[in-house]
Amino acid sequence: MVQPVSFKLNGKPVRVTVDDERMLLWVLRFDLGLTGTKFGCGEGICGACTVIVDDKAVRSCSTRVKDVAGKRVLTIEGLEQDGKLHALQRAFLERHAFQCGYCTPGMILAAYALMLANPHPTREQVVKALDDNLCRCGSHTRVLEAVEVAAAATRGRVR
Amino acid sequence: MNGDGHLSRREFLALAGASGLFVLFDLERLLAQEPARLPGRPGYPADFNAYLRIAENGRTTCFVGKVELGQGSMTSLAQLLAEELDVPLDSVEMVMGDTDLCPWDMGTFGSLSIRQFGPVLRAAAAEARAVLLQLGAEHLQIPPDRLQAKDGVISKVGDPAVCVTYGQLVQGKRIERHIEKIPVKTPREFTVVGRPAARKDALDKVTGRARYAGDIALPGTLHARIVRPPVHGATLKDVDSSAVANVPGATVIRDGDLIAVLHERPDLADRALALVKARFDRPAQELDEASIFDHLVKNAPPAQMLGANGNLEEGEKSAAAVFDHTYLNSYVAHAPMETHSALARIENGKATVWASTQTPFGIKTQVAQALGFPPEKVRINTPYVGGGFGGKSASRQAIEAARLAKITGKPVQVVWDRAEEFFYDTFRPAAVVKIRSGLTSAGKIAFWDFKVICAGEREAIPFYDIPNQRTASAGGWQGDQPPGLHPFAVGPWRAPSVNTSTFARESQIDIMAARAKADPLEFRLNHLSDPRMVRVLKAAAEAFGWTPKAAPSGRGFGVACATYIGTYVATLAEVTVDRATGRVRVGRVACAQDMGLVVNPDGSRQQTEGAITMGLGYALTEEVRFRGGEVLTRNFDNYEIPRFSWLPAIKTVLIDNPETPASGCGEPPIVCMGAVIANALHDATGVRLFQLPMTPDRLKSALAG
Repeated sequence: MVQPVSFKLNGKPVRVTVDDERMLLWVLRFDLGLTGTKFGCGEGICGACTVIVDDKAVRSCSTRVKDVAGKRVLTIEGLEQDGKLHALQRAFLERHAFQCGYCTPGMILAAYALMLANPHPTREQVVKALDDNLCRCGSHTRVLEAVEVAAAATRGRVR
Repeated sequence: MNGDGHLSRREFLALAGASGLFVLFDLERLLAQEPARLPGRPGYPADFNAYLRIAENGRTTCFVGKVELGQGSMTSLAQLLAEELDVPLDSVEMVMGDTDLCPWDMGTFGSLSIRQFGPVLRAAAAEARAVLLQLGAEHLQIPPDRLQAKDGVISKVGDPAVCVTYGQLVQGKRIERHIEKIPVKTPREFTVVGRPAARKDALDKVTGRARYAGDIALPGTLHARIVRPPVHGATLKDVDSSAVANVPGATVIRDGDLIAVLHERPDLADRALALVKARFDRPAQELDEASIFDHLVKNAPPAQMLGANGNLEEGEKSAAAVFDHTYLNSYVAHAPMETHSALARIENGKATVWASTQTPFGIKTQVAQALGFPPEKVRINTPYVGGGFGGKSASRQAIEAARLAKITGKPVQVVWDRAEEFFYDTFRPAAVVKIRSGLTSAGKIAFWDFKVICAGEREAIPFYDIPNQRTASAGGWQGDQPPGLHPFAVGPWRAPSVNTSTFARESQIDIMAARAKADPLEFRLNHLSDPRMVRVLKAAAEAFGWTPKAAPSGRGFGVACATYIGTYVATLAEVTVDRATGRVRVGRVACAQDMGLVVNPDGSRQQTEGAITMGLGYALTEEVRFRGGEVLTRNFDNYEIPRFSWLPAIKTVLIDNPETPASGCGEPPIVCMGAVIANALHDATGVRLFQLPMTPDRLKSALAG
């Protein structure tokens, strides 16, 4: 049904009038112009479309926009604060924890959700949390390092 | 000159007018000219202005036909330019894969960016630097041998206050002076090359600001979803698109074989596409992933002899043991995270296409042909590309978008879904390798008879010292001969031919080493005289902590080595096997490479880690399943690519060899992965697998005997 849906996007209230059965991914990318969230598989398998909804990582390609009504949605564009990169972004940048970069926004946000729940994850916990985020270039080694660097840098202050 | 060393505008114009050195950098004119081409490097312009432009503020823009796929050439090519031109690396801006602005390039594949194009770019920058020094000398009225160039500034040796910047000299204009035969720097002079550099794409990529073809937005864009046949070779019988009217705003376009549903929102175009009822005649489906190998052996084109020496019959007479084995590998998908994407706009008779492609100049020609436009009326822009691995050498999505843009008169975006990506992928071909070889009673290889079918001939001739040998190849990875040999398209996949031939050769070598009761590393060294290969093997063994023991030792250690495009690579691995599930876990990998000059050590390590990780997939799980032309693996749920939990500890060693020209590293470190795991698996279990991927089912059935 086409109707207004309101939610908080990257800290600011938004209201879109759309067919509310549409998936969040497409509304973010083409109705709201936030293209940092990527299409990868369309079935919630690869994690390229990962965003944060109420502090949890979700697959925006498989999340209806009506299901985020009234909730807080965070995309990669909202992770910087006052023009300052988040510790995860800084660590990914410094460790070159990406190659083609297409999976990177989803990786960073999946790691962010993990750190919100567990600010000092072990290597095993990071692997488990990111295991369903696929990367074809093989940046895995550096992603794991970057998350550890970021976790150490935030000292529990993840947000 | 004014006091701070800057030219006034009047002085500059006087200088320019007097010498006639400068012409405004005129893009249209540049494009209209048929530029002189470099002898020996067909296609690359000889004029260094094609590759660089220095702005008045001192920033240098570098134009290259290569594209950034993730492999890091945005950074490493900038390093080469900064080195030879003597400008700060962070003052270099890269413009890549824009066919209007960049000099022609055949494409970004084959690890050629540094190996083949690198010398072109270096020579251009070195010549530009020499010309700038001359201009600076004239400007400062000081002989060039008393001047130095550093960080984009020409200054007097011993009196750096007497100086002029490149930007002041050039002011963004073409430089109409050339000096022939300027040597590039020697490795000892390097200050940028050979050192780690911050990736130029890093900030874009960690902030989500990096734009890929599917992220480019133009007002009024329509998103197209295209009716696809269920099977390669199917023909359309009839189509009923009347139900599309149920999706407001959706329209249907039919142009010959192209039927598309368009909408302002891609997901609504997709919803409308699902309402199109298209019926196809399906050809009989005979081949599948099991029967394909016999089919290839029977139907491959005649074998070509690649090389031979000695006498196979004599060699076989001298053999105490003969080994006759057949190695198989399945079709493998590229599966980049970004599917093929394009946005096309046609305005004032000119088509502009933003495409995820490895071959912007090739696509330009194809789009021009499809539209009936002259080539100069087509411009391809290549934004960041979300992985290629050879699969974006073909880019039919760009043609589809351009055709639809022409018909609708609006910008049209085509982004394949994952099933289309699998369906139209140009897979690494399924292939067969037959090896017959023998061992003398002294444990030396007596003869080697190698035939590769459908993988291609690259690096098929062995680098081992073998007195009697023959190497033949039937069919290539291009796969178009004879037509219909493969049920779908095949093409280049990261290191074409060589993953297949290395798996076979290095498995066969291990089989012989085991029969000789020799340590597999020592067995190899006993048959090698090329010092570069000996060096990488020893370096990898040291990094791994290898101790000699004949296989199967129960340790789960494996070794394999290979050459590719001039790079030497040796890989060692340790695996553990879960006999109950058939699952293999690769615990650690050490890889040493000699790639000659290393332009960006960190970038090279990154490519190596990536190739090792990606290579776990074709070794262990990746297999396209199909019934004839119907591709059954259509998403990542049944086409399993490597993930975090598979990750081994990786050690990379880069051999210091700067005097040898750079040979590239995007592909070589992946080629040993099938063999090294097969060999480690045998060392762990005593069982050998002859088919890739080494799935749990295949391993379990081999273990069951």
